[in-house]
Amino acid sequence: MLEIKNLHAKIADSGVEIINGLNLTVRAGEVAAIMGPNGSGKSTLSYILAGRSDYEVTSGDILYNGQSILEMDPAERATAGVFLAFQYPMEIPGVATMEFLKTAINSQRKARGENPLSIPDLMRTVKSAAGELDIDFAMLKRPLNVGFSGGEKKRAEILQMKLLEPNLCVLDETDSGLDIDALKIVSNGVNSLRSPDRAIIVITHYQRLLEYIVPDSVHVLYRGRIVKSGDKSLAQHLENNGYAEIIGEAA
Amino acid sequence: MNMNIQAQLPKTAFEAALIDGFAEQLSKLAGTDAVAANRLAAIEALKVSGLPTRRIEAWHYTDLRQLLRAVPAGRADVAIADLAPLLDDCRVLRVVNGQAISGAEIDGISLSPVADLMNRGDFDNALRPRGSDDAVGRLNAAFVSDGFALEFAGDRVFSTPVELQNLHSGGQVHVRFPVTIGAGSKATIVERQSGAGPAFVSSIADVDIGAGAEIVWLILQEQDSKTDHLGQINIKLAKDARLTLFVMNTGGKLVRQDINVDVAGEGADFTLRAVNLLGGDSHTDVTMVVDHREAETTSNQVVRNVAIDRARGVFQGQIRVAPVAQKTDARMACNTLLLSDDAEFSTKPELEIFADDVQCGHGATVAEIEQDQLFYLMSRGISEKAARGLLVKAFLAEIVEELDDEHTVTALERKLDQWFEQNG
Repeated sequence: MLEIKNLHAKIADSGVEIINGLNLTVRAGEVAAIMGPNGSGKSTLSYILAGRSDYEVTSGDILYNGQSILEMDPAERATAGVFLAFQYPMEIPGVATMEFLKTAINSQRKARGENPLSIPDLMRTVKSAAGELDIDFAMLKRPLNVGFSGGEKKRAEILQMKLLEPNLCVLDETDSGLDIDALKIVSNGVNSLRSPDRAIIVITHYQRLLEYIVPDSVHVLYRGRIVKSGDKSLAQHLENNGYAEIIGEAA
Repeated sequence: MNMNIQAQLPKTAFEAALIDGFAEQLSKLAGTDAVAANRLAAIEALKVSGLPTRRIEAWHYTDLRQLLRAVPAGRADVAIADLAPLLDDCRVLRVVNGQAISGAEIDGISLSPVADLMNRGDFDNALRPRGSDDAVGRLNAAFVSDGFALEFAGDRVFSTPVELQNLHSGGQVHVRFPVTIGAGSKATIVERQSGAGPAFVSSIADVDIGAGAEIVWLILQEQDSKTDHLGQINIKLAKDARLTLFVMNTGGKLVRQDINVDVAGEGADFTLRAVNLLGGDSHTDVTMVVDHREAETTSNQVVRNVAIDRARGVFQGQIRVAPVAQKTDARMACNTLLLSDDAEFSTKPELEIFADDVQCGHGATVAEIEQDQLFYLMSRGISEKAARGLLVKAFLAEIVEELDDEHTVTALERKLDQWFEQNG
C-alpha cells in the first residue's frame, strides 16, 4: 500500500536535510510501528506523508497504491485515503467541531462522486463514533480543538479517523499526553479500524502504546532513515536496551 | 476650536453640483423657516470650506473631496424591490427614496415621519452639525428630506425587533432616524442601508438611551457598488444603560460610518462589534469616538475586516476618558485579514485619558491566513479554496457568535455566506 523509496527531504525554509535515504514498505492490513529517538525525523516523516508544504522532497518517491503522491496537495492525499492523526492538532477558533466534521466528510464524499450525508445521517454516525471514544457530544459544539484537553484533542483525532475511514492511517505520537484510561480508549479506537485493506503506521517514542496496538512490524528511524526493522519483539528489545545499541550498529 | 482650517480650494464638480442643486431642492424640502435657516447655514459652510480633505484629521484616510466625484441623478421611475427583513417576525419601517412610507402603528412606540416634525417646528434645533469637521452632519442638514422618529416607551421589553429600511433606486437620499428609548426598556433595532444604482446617501441616527435600558442596534450597509454612503450614528447612554452596536459593511463604493458615543451615565456600557467585508474598488471607513464622561463606565470594541481585490478599509477608533470618569474600563481591537496584494487597511487607535484610575487598551493586527490551520483543514480532505473560506468565515463568525440571540447570529452568518458566495 505504501512504498517509500530512497526518500530525501529538507526543511523548505532553512534547507536543513531531515529525511536522508529513507526506505519503507507497508502492506495493506499491516500495522507498522516507527520508533526512534527525539529528532530522528519521525514527525517530519508524518508531515511529508500528509503533504505539508514546509518540507521539500529533494529525491526519491512515495508510492501509495503504486502511484506517486508527491505532486498531490494535502486535500488530494486525504481524499485518496491518507490520514494523519496529529501529535499537536491545530486549534481553529470560530469553526464548530461538528461543522468541521460535516465539511470534511462531505468534501471527501463529493470528491469521490458521492452525495453528501444528510444532517440526520451525519448526526447519527458522529454520535455513535463519538460514543465509542467516550467523547461527550457537547464537545463537538465547541470550536475545533479550542480549549480541548490533551486527551480530548487526541480522541478528536481518532474520531475524525473513524469517520473519514482512510486506507492509510498515520498516527504521530498519539500516545503522548494520554493517561492510561485514555490510552486504552484511543487504542481500542485504532484497533477497531484494523482491516485487511487498511494500513496503519504508528509513530511512537515508547513501547507502551504497542502493548495496546500490537504491530506487525517495527522500524527504527534514526537520522532520517530506517536503520533496523523487525517484528514486535524489536519494540520490546528497544524498551529493555534503549536505542544506543542499534544506533551504534547503524553508525 | 478648529485646528484644521484649510485654505479655500477651487470647487470640485461634486461640490459645485451640490451647491447649485441646493436652491432648487430647498423649495421642495420640508421644514419651518428655522429648519430652512439651518439648511442654508450648512450649505454656506460647505461653500466656504468645501468637503474635507486628508488634511482634516478626522478625514485623514478618507479624502472626501477626492473620493466624491459625481452627484447622481434620481431614477424615480426605477421600481424598488422589497427587502426581506434580517430577522423573521419583526416590524419594518421603510423610507423609500428619501420618503417615509407610513405603515401600521407599533404598540409602545410613538412614531412620526421626520418631515412632519420639520414642518411642525419640532426639528428647529435638530439640524446642527456636531462640529466644523462633521461633513456628514453638514451634508445631511442641508438636504435631509425625511426619515422616522421613534420613541420607545419606558420599562418595557420589546420582544419584536424593529427594522428601519433606508432604500433607494439611485440619486440623492438624505434621511434621519431620531430614536429615544425609555428608561428600563429592552429592544432590538435593525438599520438597513440598501439600494440600486449610482446614489449619494447620507443617513443619521440619533439614539438616546434611557437609564438602565438595554439595546441591540444592528447596522447592515449593503449598498450597490455605485453608491456613495455616508452613515452616522450618535448615541447617548444614560446611567446603567447598555448598548451593543453591531455594524456590518458589505457594499458601497465610498462608505463612511461615523460612530459617536457619549457614555454619559455612571455604569453605562457600550459594546461595538464591526465586520467589514471589503471587495472590488470600494473604500470603507469606520470612524468611532467614544467619550467616557462618568465613573464606572465600560466600553469594548472589536472590529474585524476582510479585504480582497483592490479594496481599501479604515478604522479610526478614539477613546476619551474624562477626568471624572474613574474606574473606566475600555478595550479596543481591530484585526484584519488581507486576502489580496492590492487590498489595504489602515487602523488608527487613539486613547486620550484624563483620569488616573482606569484600564484602557487597544490592539491591531493585520495578517494573512495561518498556514498551520490551512494545512490541518486540508489534511482532512477540504480543498484549499474551501479551507481558506472556512478560516476567513471563522475569523468573522467568532464575533458574530458573541451576540446573544441565536436568530440574529444565524441571520448574520447567512449574510456572511452570501458575501462569500458573491465574492468567493
